[in-house]
Amino acid sequence: METTIRINNLTKIFGKVVALDHVNLVIEPGTFLTLLGPSGCGKTTLLRCVAGLEDPDDGEIYIDNTLIFSHAKGISVPPGKRELGLVFQNYALWPHMKVDKNITFALEIQKMPKAEMDKRVKEALQEVQMEGYEDRYPREMSGGQQQRIALARMLAYRPKVFLMDEPLSNLDARLRMDMRSEIKRLHHISSATTIYVTHDQVEALTMSTNIAILKEGVIQQFDTPDRVYHFPANLFVADFIGNPKVNLLEGEISGKNTVDLGGFKITVDTYNTTGKVVIGVRPEDIIVSTSPTLGAVEFSAYSVLPSGADSTIVARKGDIELTIRVMGISKIKMDEKIWLTFDPSTLNLFDKDDGNLITS
Amino acid sequence: MANLTHTQQPFSQQWHARFRRFIHWMTKPHVVLALIMLAVMFVMVIIPIYKLVETTVTWQLSDLGRVPDAEVGGFTLFHWIRMMTGIFGRIYTLTPLTHSMTVAVGTVVLALLIGGTLAWLVVRTDMPGRKLVNQLAVLPYIMPSWTLAQAWLVLFKNRTQGGAPGLFEYIVGQSPPDWLSYGPVPIIICCALHYYTFFFLFVSAALTSIDSNLEEAGELMGANRWRILRKITLPLVLPALLSGFIMTFSKVMGTFGGPNILGSPVKYYVVATMIRGSLAAGDKADAFVLAIVLILFAMVTISLNQRLVGTRRSYETIGGRGFVSQQSKLRNMKKIFFTVVIIFQLLVLFLPLGLLTYDTFLLRTGDYSFSNLTLQNWIGEPNQLYNDGEPGVLLNPRIYQTAWNSIKLALYTAFFTALLGVLLGYAIVKGRGTRLAKMVDQLAYIPYVIPGIAFGAVYIAMFARKLGPLPSLYGTFALLVVVSVAKHLPYSSRSGVSAMMQVGHELEEAAQVAGANVWQRFRRVIFPLTTSGFVSGFLLTFITTMRELSLIILLVTRDTQLLASLTMKYVEAGRDQMGNIVILILVAITVTGNAIIGRFSGGSLKKGLGM
Repeated sequence: METTIRINNLTKIFGKVVALDHVNLVIEPGTFLTLLGPSGCGKTTLLRCVAGLEDPDDGEIYIDNTLIFSHAKGISVPPGKRELGLVFQNYALWPHMKVDKNITFALEIQKMPKAEMDKRVKEALQEVQMEGYEDRYPREMSGGQQQRIALARMLAYRPKVFLMDEPLSNLDARLRMDMRSEIKRLHHISSATTIYVTHDQVEALTMSTNIAILKEGVIQQFDTPDRVYHFPANLFVADFIGNPKVNLLEGEISGKNTVDLGGFKITVDTYNTTGKVVIGVRPEDIIVSTSPTLGAVEFSAYSVLPSGADSTIVARKGDIELTIRVMGISKIKMDEKIWLTFDPSTLNLFDKDDGNLITS
Repeated sequence: MANLTHTQQPFSQQWHARFRRFIHWMTKPHVVLALIMLAVMFVMVIIPIYKLVETTVTWQLSDLGRVPDAEVGGFTLFHWIRMMTGIFGRIYTLTPLTHSMTVAVGTVVLALLIGGTLAWLVVRTDMPGRKLVNQLAVLPYIMPSWTLAQAWLVLFKNRTQGGAPGLFEYIVGQSPPDWLSYGPVPIIICCALHYYTFFFLFVSAALTSIDSNLEEAGELMGANRWRILRKITLPLVLPALLSGFIMTFSKVMGTFGGPNILGSPVKYYVVATMIRGSLAAGDKADAFVLAIVLILFAMVTISLNQRLVGTRRSYETIGGRGFVSQQSKLRNMKKIFFTVVIIFQLLVLFLPLGLLTYDTFLLRTGDYSFSNLTLQNWIGEPNQLYNDGEPGVLLNPRIYQTAWNSIKLALYTAFFTALLGVLLGYAIVKGRGTRLAKMVDQLAYIPYVIPGIAFGAVYIAMFARKLGPLPSLYGTFALLVVVSVAKHLPYSSRSGVSAMMQVGHELEEAAQVAGANVWQRFRRVIFPLTTSGFVSGFLLTFITTMRELSLIILLVTRDTQLLASLTMKYVEAGRDQMGNIVILILVAITVTGNAIIGRFSGGSLKKGLGM
């Protein structure tokens, strides 16, 4: 299944709120694209526009080379004819139908022969590891099981595109972990082009091949998880992605490759810029030492929070506060003096005025 | 705001695209449905009201007798001036309006006292037998509202109006005073004993939803019981009280049965009975002026109340959530309270029915001795001495015809109301936030503020003559169905909306994405999931239609006679026993229907009242 989705200039307005503002995206075949952003950023609206459940106020959508929506041409292919599957946040299993009927609903509409339908039900249930649940009603299953059935329902009619609207947000933490790997696996096997909506940045980072981060209807960055994490396009993305959050330090370029942060100076790569900047540094990229080393800055351990696999250290110097992540259980004591080293290659510089990443 | 930049394209193509977008919008099921519903309601509500107003400002044929040079069909304010000023204004409008107000206000106050007290006892005290009281409290509402009035007459009729005396006089030997036999006092009592159900349901729902922690907080701060009631409880149940007030007031303003039975014999006319009188006298336009006055009055009251409550239709917000509810201890008064309440309830329920039943066995009216008992009224062969030679009710084919009419009307009305409910619910919920859906929602609400009798009048105005493609329906059975369905619109839309809300839009969207077309979506997803709402709506409409009188009294003819209107006919002809038999048949049917509701579905009277 090799499907490209092209979104041109898509705009959707609800009353006075611009939910989508001239969105442009090309989703290559086999992509697992996550639409990520805080609530109200337009990510679900974008998904629903692709599904055909909302009519955008401007723009075009292509699936492969078929124009499925165009405002200018007055075209809107009905959802059922777009050959896509949608998994809803609350599963949306039809409560009055048993599992098998839920799965065969779309197949019956396609007038598929009975034998083929039975085969599809079996396969689909196998794929989500829910064999033997054909005769259950949705209410007779747990939330996690219902979500698996919702996936099976989508898989059974083999849509060209998978759409998922926060499918895991109603599950508890443990189940969410399991389902993440299941969904990633399903995508790996089928390699169907997938659009996945979530507000959970961990979900986005762990599952996607690409992430589009939205804010107020505008795409902030469309990139691989790796690039989104290490080279956030702007302060919003930097701040939204990562847990613990990125450290953002305001300063001013002083000299060729130093930034004056007020209390101390920090060496950065060479940039062609001057003036006020914000330095972004991930908590795990800061190197901690309990003794002074060359070029290290002295801080004090304000709080130390070990959590098994790693520990979080909150360090202070004057009114500058940094969050640092180190592996394992840290032996550093609270109020102990520590020395921090910054690797210039891990630092991102943002323009203080427009918040955009400064590239060297 | 984003700029909607369009790619440059020829003008004709732009129009083509615009047209296609319009068609796309138009063919969305909720838009189609909303447009159809708007059209339906336009015909069922807006045009009739327009015709009603138009008739009052047009010279009528019947005016030629008074104003010989009247130009029939021409514009005039004659009817308004006549009905609003001078002696006519006083007799025809002002006095009946005062009477209507008196009755309505009296009823509201009395019903509030009874309903509110019962609600408090059931929800907030440790009185024994609260479940039983709760169940009995809704029964009076199931019976036709004028059952009590008719029973009242059996008991308290005096001979001022000639004819036979009531049971009271027969036993005591003394004629009861006029104020007790006829007029506002008995009307108010009978109406209140019927309508207290509203207050009971509203207030008990409100009391249930109040977290008694709120009251306890007040108690901890040292407020006494009375202060807590006044400062905390009362403001919290105020919306419920006002909702009960709106419902009861508008119902009583338009009620016909009770005032007709207990008021008309002593010329105590209310607006409702006056409208009928004017129509019977052939003064259509005058009757319509009164109907408009009634509608305006109801509208003003309701909007005033809504202003006071602060939110429109606040009764929708009363939830039935279970909070910590502390019960007041009645201590040694427990049993006394229970006994008083139960005796009251049983009296209200069974005394009237008993009296009516006993009355139906009397050969000569007013003679309550055992020797006068007979089955003549029930199963007697035709006898010129009794009932104008009419056979006993159970042998009378016309009665069966009438009963069948009533059942048929109730079935049709129930079906169409329930169906409209689902469709309206779909159009309103799916289109939520759009102007179209809002319009549908508001239009469906209009019949709520139009009192029953005025609504009937509206329909005479509309369907007396052929109007464009709409046939003249006057005198047809179809008209009764249309008016009943129209009057139920507010209830059906509300229950439809709540049913659709429960279905949620994802379930339909899932089917949509799976490729199901509109019809498949309705047949396989929406209808199956709204069945229980449909069924309970159906049964409840069946009952309310069965016993509806005010709405249809102006519209029935000899061929479309219904049980409810037939009782009036018998009573007005002085053949009370026959009328009472018909009432008993009616009660039997509605009570059976209600029992079926309880058995059949999760539907309850509460739901039917849109709570």
